[in-house]
Amino acid sequence: MTSAHVHATVPATTPNQVPVYRKWLDYFTFNPDHKVIGIQYLVTSFIFYFMGGTMATAMRTELATPSPDFVTPEVYNSLLTLHGTVMIFLWIIPAGAGLANYLIPLMIGAQDMAFPKLNALAFWMIPPAGLMLIASFFLEAPQAGWTSYPPLSLVTGKVGEGIWIMSLLILGTSSILGAINFLITILKMRVPSMGLHDMPLFCWAMLAVAALVLIGTPVLAGALILLAFDLLAGTAFFNPTGGGNPIVYQHMFWFYSHPAVYIMILPLFGAISDILPVHARKPIFGYRAIAYSSLAISFLGLIVWAHHMFTSGTPAWLRMFFMIATMVIAVPTGIKIFGWIATIWGGKIQLNSAMLFAIGFISMFVIGGISGVMVASVPFDLHVHDTYFIVAHLHYVLFGGSVFGLYAAIYHWYPKITGRMLNETVGIFHFILTFIGMNLTFMPMHELGLLGMNRRIALYDPRFTDLNLVCTVGSYILAFSTLPFLLNAVASWFLGTPAGDNPWRALTLEWMTTSPPPIENFEIIPVLTTSPYDYGVSTHNSAGDGSVFSPEPVLSDDSSVTLQPEPDSVVADNTTDRQVESYAVASLIVDRQPENRADEPAVESSVPNGSSSSLQVESEPAGAINFDDR
Amino acid sequence: MKIPSNISALLVGITLTLVSLWIGQNHGLLPIAASKEAELVDELFNAMMTISVGLFLLVQGVLIIAVFKFRRRPGDLTDAPPIHGNIPLEILWTAIPTVIVLLISVYSFDVYQKLGGFDPNAIGDSGAVQVAMLPGEELSTPLINPSKTNPTHKHLALGIGASPEAEGKPADLVVNVMGMQYAWLFTYPEIGTTTGELHVPLGKDIQLNIKAQDVLHAFWLPEFRIKQDAIPGQESQLRFRPQRVGEYPVVCAELCGPYHGGMVTKLFVENQQDYDNWLHTQIASHDPGQTVIALGANPPSDTDFLAPFVSELGVTNEILQQLNPHYPA
Ligand code: HEM
Ligand SMILES: [Cu+2]
Ligand SMILES: [Cu+2]
Repeated sequence: MTSAHVHATVPATTPNQVPVYRKWLDYFTFNPDHKVIGIQYLVTSFIFYFMGGTMATAMRTELATPSPDFVTPEVYNSLLTLHGTVMIFLWIIPAGAGLANYLIPLMIGAQDMAFPKLNALAFWMIPPAGLMLIASFFLEAPQAGWTSYPPLSLVTGKVGEGIWIMSLLILGTSSILGAINFLITILKMRVPSMGLHDMPLFCWAMLAVAALVLIGTPVLAGALILLAFDLLAGTAFFNPTGGGNPIVYQHMFWFYSHPAVYIMILPLFGAISDILPVHARKPIFGYRAIAYSSLAISFLGLIVWAHHMFTSGTPAWLRMFFMIATMVIAVPTGIKIFGWIATIWGGKIQLNSAMLFAIGFISMFVIGGISGVMVASVPFDLHVHDTYFIVAHLHYVLFGGSVFGLYAAIYHWYPKITGRMLNETVGIFHFILTFIGMNLTFMPMHELGLLGMNRRIALYDPRFTDLNLVCTVGSYILAFSTLPFLLNAVASWFLGTPAGDNPWRALTLEWMTTSPPPIENFEIIPVLTTSPYDYGVSTHNSAGDGSVFSPEPVLSDDSSVTLQPEPDSVVADNTTDRQVESYAVASLIVDRQPENRADEPAVESSVPNGSSSSLQVESEPAGAINFDDR
Repeated sequence: MKIPSNISALLVGITLTLVSLWIGQNHGLLPIAASKEAELVDELFNAMMTISVGLFLLVQGVLIIAVFKFRRRPGDLTDAPPIHGNIPLEILWTAIPTVIVLLISVYSFDVYQKLGGFDPNAIGDSGAVQVAMLPGEELSTPLINPSKTNPTHKHLALGIGASPEAEGKPADLVVNVMGMQYAWLFTYPEIGTTTGELHVPLGKDIQLNIKAQDVLHAFWLPEFRIKQDAIPGQESQLRFRPQRVGEYPVVCAELCGPYHGGMVTKLFVENQQDYDNWLHTQIASHDPGQTVIALGANPPSDTDFLAPFVSELGVTNEILQQLNPHYPA
């Protein structure tokens, strides 16, 4: 505790230096500012979410009755294909990228991403690709599902299929460019005081995601290009009529597309890890376990792809290999889930909309995870593969997981992004509707699949009518549930209560600048003075004035960081209150009860500096603080 | 009376276990199991269901308790005690799931083996498989045995072969299955007949050699819990032993075009007598010149789908009923 106890108080506005903010027109331009790009991603993907949702509603309307009466089977398959593709490639993946764009530089104290122009380019590839895809619906829509397996994809909706391939190639390129940016930014642009292990867990998750994108997407591109040749040039890479092998396409497709499910869920794993501690006022439980499990998931995610092909051309021993590899992924995933539960256990939970969605995320994702382990078992998957059981599973993961996570993230960071609070009552109403709608829509699908209803069908056996009707009713509730959210998001942008810099009293760096942040994020280069989850660690005060804990939530330098902070001279002049507090902490170290060691994580004690780790396990009830909840 | 907390935790644990066990056995979610192998799969599912229900209740229970018990009181701006982790606990919740998934893997492996997933007879190229099945020919044995003794000569085997008891023996009945948009065609090599519905005798070892004519399809028998993709240019197989007389759906489970949902037919499991009768009508009505049925692009329903087959075969519902009293009307 001898090095400079600095703290970065970022003045909301410095009188002599007026921060520059964005005009609304900027959001429609090729703008290299990561915050503009983040918002562009989020808003664009949300618009596509609406389109994808409309398609889903049309599909569910068709499925309300067994016969194809609402739309023709051809149209149904087009809707199916576009729904899946839009939801994955134009909603979840870009929305995750949008969050990452907005948050990563702020979280690591950088002014922008490593390659701002590349970043803008990556975003601007999405609208044309998305519009192309939607337009294909009105030409000759692709009908082969989002997996686009040949030979079917070579013989139905050929024009649309060509567009689908082009669109996906562009989206994949965009995704690769984005991933390069995330990777370099996280690795190279952190403030000097921030070691890898001081990063918010969202950044860890994005590291894992970037790796997956960079390894997986080129393989998908390869598959798509070969497919395009088969489709347009009459080659026969995958076309059995010319001696090609359709199974090879499946391998290449899933080599990307299984990791893609982690590309879709990991950013939200990261976001949840950041949201829960804030609203539970408690440090994340097992920081390193959660950080490393992202990497473990990312690695294991690369060697399980053929579990989508158990009934396809996969020989027995490979089936067994992929079964076991898939089962093992449940372990790092479980580590995260248990870590989150332990984080909120014993906390002081503020049950606001962000927290409701975050807890809802855990609750729903667990169901998807459990059914995931079930379908990993080959003998059982031989029964349920390509049935509604799978549809249920994938929606518990993608909707209950990714979408709930995105909503939690939006409720949590909206005040930062817009400077205004969302309306809580409407938010809670939105959560309740979504939760009911989701379970009503997707829970009965498990049973449908087990009973024998196959997926991707426009007409079905009448004995499945009742359960399907329940699903359809649920999907209407779900469709309706987005309206309050939309109203809330739009209205609050203009009319919401001003949020202040840090309405949640959070500890990560993005909250230490204004809301919304100025153009280059921080007036002063922030110096990291606390690990991101030190809730309850520094709330003790022996100074007696009851106000040590300043509104800017910062703590002394953490000696576990690899690089010691180099105090900015302005900041260093302002450290008196920190001195007081660190004496307080020092005295607590002396008073510490030995049994407190039980709580001490080994990972922390491996840090050479003992005082730092004892700081982390201090567990006395929080003392008086005076927090100005602006 | 105040129950000590570890006792109540124990009680909760016991209740949870009992509830999980009960639900795992009595969930009633699966359709009837029409073969011994299907029952094995069901037992596996029940075991997974037991674990799942336990985990589900545990997680949801803890979440709900946490939400009610650990709420911030209005005006309380303090933080909760900073607990950063607990190594023994973390090791525990890494180790237990690891053990569970490994146990499920081993169990699944075992069931897969019993289903015939590793059947060596499934190994060999499609030609060999077909030759092996020609009725009354012992030619098959030399073709298969070398691959058995010399594993390096194994070819890719797809699907489910003979269960361990039947291993090495040829199936009692071989049917060639061809998937096409949007119908299944079943050819009985012994009599050279092609039908649109599958008839098999009860209790016999049935082997289906599955091919596809145009695009991918998947042959699924929900009541037998088996499924195998039909792949153009690559033969696969399913082998099963029905043990319940009845009429079961045959479903195509791989997207094959707009009318994929209509690509369903029936499997009739009949006792030997009925099966023989049916076979007779087939032989009698068999007209070699007219085997494959062209299908319209717009078959609106299952019944219409089957109509061409039925009329071609000269089999009406009444005849089926006469032949086999088990047929539902
Ligand atoms: C708004 C609520 C939603 C409803 C009512 C809904 C409904 C459906 C339905 C009925 C299907 C067809 C299932 C089949 O026959 O295979 C489907 C497929 C699918 N859905 Fe959703 N869905 C919703 C949201 C989502 C979300 C948020 C995602 C996120 C990524 C998603 C991803 C998919 C995918 C990947 C498929 C498979 C498409 C294919 O088989 O090609 N859905 N959905
Ligand atoms: Cu997968
Ligand atoms: Cu089909």
